[in-house]
Amino acid sequence: MLLLVEQVLNGLQFGLLLFLLAAGLTLVFGIMDLVNLAHGSFYMMGAYFAATFVAWTGSFVLGAVLALGATLVLGIVLEFVALRHLYGRDHLDHVLATFGLILFFNEAVRLIWGPAGLALPLPSWLTVPVQIFPGIYYPAYRLAIITVALAVALLLYLGVMRTRIGMLIRAGASNREMIGALGINIKLLYTLVFGLGAALAGLAGLMQAPILTVQIGMGENILILAFVVIVIGGIGSIRGAFLAAIFVGLIDTLGRAFLPDLLRQVLSGAAASTAAPALSSMMIYLLMAIVLVLRPEGLFPAGNR
Amino acid sequence: MKTTLNVPSAAAALVVAGLVLLPLYSQLTGNIFVLTLFTRIVILALAAASLNLIMGYGGMMSFGHAAYLGIGGYAVGILAQEGFGSGFLQFPVALAASALFALVIGALSLRTRGVYFIMITLAFAQMAYYVASGLARYGGDDGLTIYNRSDFAGLINLSDRVQFYYLCLACLLGVVLLIWRIVNSRFGLVVQGLRSNEQRMQAIGFPAKRYKLVCFVIAGTLCGLAGALLANNTDFVSPAVMYWTRSGDLMVMVILGGMGSLFGPVIGAVVYLVLEELLSQVTEYWALIMGPLLLLIVLFGRGGIMGLLGRFSRG
Amino acid sequence: MAEPLLCVKDLVRRFGGITATDRVSLDVAQGELHAIIGPNGAGKTTLISQLTGHLAPDSGSISLAGRDITHLPAWRRSALGLARSFQVTSLLLDFTAADNVALAAQAHDGHSFRFLGDARKERGLRDQALAALQRVGLAERAHVLVSRLSHGEQRELELAVALATRPQLLLLDEPMAGLGVTESARMVTLLRELRKEVTIVLVEHDMEAVFALADRISVLVYGRVIASGAPSEIRQNEEVKRAYLGDQHVVVRHA
Repeated sequence: MLLLVEQVLNGLQFGLLLFLLAAGLTLVFGIMDLVNLAHGSFYMMGAYFAATFVAWTGSFVLGAVLALGATLVLGIVLEFVALRHLYGRDHLDHVLATFGLILFFNEAVRLIWGPAGLALPLPSWLTVPVQIFPGIYYPAYRLAIITVALAVALLLYLGVMRTRIGMLIRAGASNREMIGALGINIKLLYTLVFGLGAALAGLAGLMQAPILTVQIGMGENILILAFVVIVIGGIGSIRGAFLAAIFVGLIDTLGRAFLPDLLRQVLSGAAASTAAPALSSMMIYLLMAIVLVLRPEGLFPAGNR
Repeated sequence: MKTTLNVPSAAAALVVAGLVLLPLYSQLTGNIFVLTLFTRIVILALAAASLNLIMGYGGMMSFGHAAYLGIGGYAVGILAQEGFGSGFLQFPVALAASALFALVIGALSLRTRGVYFIMITLAFAQMAYYVASGLARYGGDDGLTIYNRSDFAGLINLSDRVQFYYLCLACLLGVVLLIWRIVNSRFGLVVQGLRSNEQRMQAIGFPAKRYKLVCFVIAGTLCGLAGALLANNTDFVSPAVMYWTRSGDLMVMVILGGMGSLFGPVIGAVVYLVLEELLSQVTEYWALIMGPLLLLIVLFGRGGIMGLLGRFSRG
Repeated sequence: MAEPLLCVKDLVRRFGGITATDRVSLDVAQGELHAIIGPNGAGKTTLISQLTGHLAPDSGSISLAGRDITHLPAWRRSALGLARSFQVTSLLLDFTAADNVALAAQAHDGHSFRFLGDARKERGLRDQALAALQRVGLAERAHVLVSRLSHGEQRELELAVALATRPQLLLLDEPMAGLGVTESARMVTLLRELRKEVTIVLVEHDMEAVFALADRISVLVYGRVIASGAPSEIRQNEEVKRAYLGDQHVVVRHA
């Protein structure tokens, strides 16, 4: 029971982080029609910046804030220097160009920080277990992640639903003319949106950093899951991304935690040990396959696309 | 077809001639490294050619093509591990497994289009990567060593470098020839038409998904062949061969050479891999250069190398 | 009274709050040329798209030669003899005119899972293609890339492609859009010849052509059919005049 609650919360936490990544991707894709494979690189940079700044300043919170700012700046600079030239081009061009960026980032990180990963230790006040239910304790840090991520999700929701810019986001890329007609500086808007996307990815990365090791290529592994979330959640829908992300996070975490034991009930010991890890990793993709068969537009697609 | 004498055809002919004569050069200069390098290049050129079929001619941007390299490779590796060393069993199984995977993945992925198709093929290939990593019996993350190359009962000895090279080259040229025939056939015209204007093709009576799926399966099967050859070349297969950046490499080779041109993938593979080799000798951080280079190619190099050469011949 | 070739009953299609097709019913008899006219935004292309299977209706039914085709995909309807030309030219731009038409013929000549022969050398298909091109007057331009054809030639090619599928019902969506005077006249002559062989549903703005060619006319306004009948009836219909022809005196000449 204890284990179940813990794993559910872990799944929720993972799902929320996936949402932060997926939201950034959806925003950039929805407004600028840009496919950014290097989105995972911002996740990685957020983590590396955090590890570095926390070590420099000695303060976890300060280091995290600096890392967030650095990732935001990085995103803006990248958009300004390189990516804005890709707007309006074929998606394949986007894929190729941003693929090149991934290679570049991974190498640059290797050059600057070395091939071995980094560790980001938590300050003591975040490692204490917090009692959430009588007799049930959960690490404070993971609770913090859930809180922060939910807050950001709420802010995003309000921003998208209640502001003029949010309306534009919901209206989609097809309304570029309308954006111009409303007197908004498109170039600036695009740059800021891209920066926001990068910051969201960086936030996810720096929050996850203390839990997993900070290493080269960490962005790519989770980026693919973010793609899966977007496909399952539905095209162009932030709400869909949220629900799908939670769903995916829960399934992945619970699957990895309980599937091996479940399998051991049914299969022999040796077969279960072989099959379990493979099956656990496959679960998300199986889920995506099922969604594709039954509802190719996703579970909660936005109406206008 | 390309029986007209122009710069691109001349370039293609030159490259093919070079590839055919390479072992001679290797024997004469005693440079064995160049032979092993080009064996790998020829195999990956085959993989790139199969990707070009769906990408260049079919308009299906698959970011998961490296999965077939792994499937073909693991077919050989697993059978070898279990005591089935005959190439006459391993290769057909590699092809069949690749075809089956392509059929299932294709049927699912073709329910989407555009960037979602790209994402989904990517996701499924990563799934294959993770599954292979989980196969503890067959090496898991560390990979599987193949102690004996595929045995073709004396017909051809794969352990002989020169014979193996010519086998790979023959497969490459055979596949290119096959693709040439396919592209100009009824089937090929339909597939190209679907790339050009799917709505129009549906309106005149073609069930689009069916044709795209068959094309997808053919491409996957051909890449499975490359996978089986690759496993033999390295005497090793691991999940890393299916990692999604390898799919990216294949895409780059196709685009670099010129999408939708017959010899484009071959030229693209040669240029990309030779460049990678040269750069990595210059600096350990060659990807730092490769990355932005890709960006520049995308921004300025429309139509790849073959396209560039074509512009020279048109004057 | 013979059964109509095309029978549309209570077709409805909404886009969010807008009802683009509002319980449209119409019949097209075999061998007739039935024109559909209406002001811009009346939903003519939406209607055509539902007839050809590119858009699914929310409710209602469509039947072709007595067979319910409401939920059949576009390619199947083509196989049943429904052909369409697009309002916005939709051709295979990087192929030649002959290629475009030959592919249409190929679609109706058995399956295309043939991987080895050279399709461009198939006599039967190429002959059919050339015949269709000759029909529309494009025989000389057969081997020109579509992207290099003039706008008028592309509209004519659209027609040739539709004809190559040997349809029993031809749905033409503004075939004369953007054509000059000579080209329009040529198209009208062509359509007049064609109507003897194939049933035609013609969506057009060119009133001269419509009144010259049509056996019957249906008028579509805001997604609804407000009148349907012989050209002389339509010309005198007050509601039609008000909604569509306006107060301007449109010159309507018999051909």
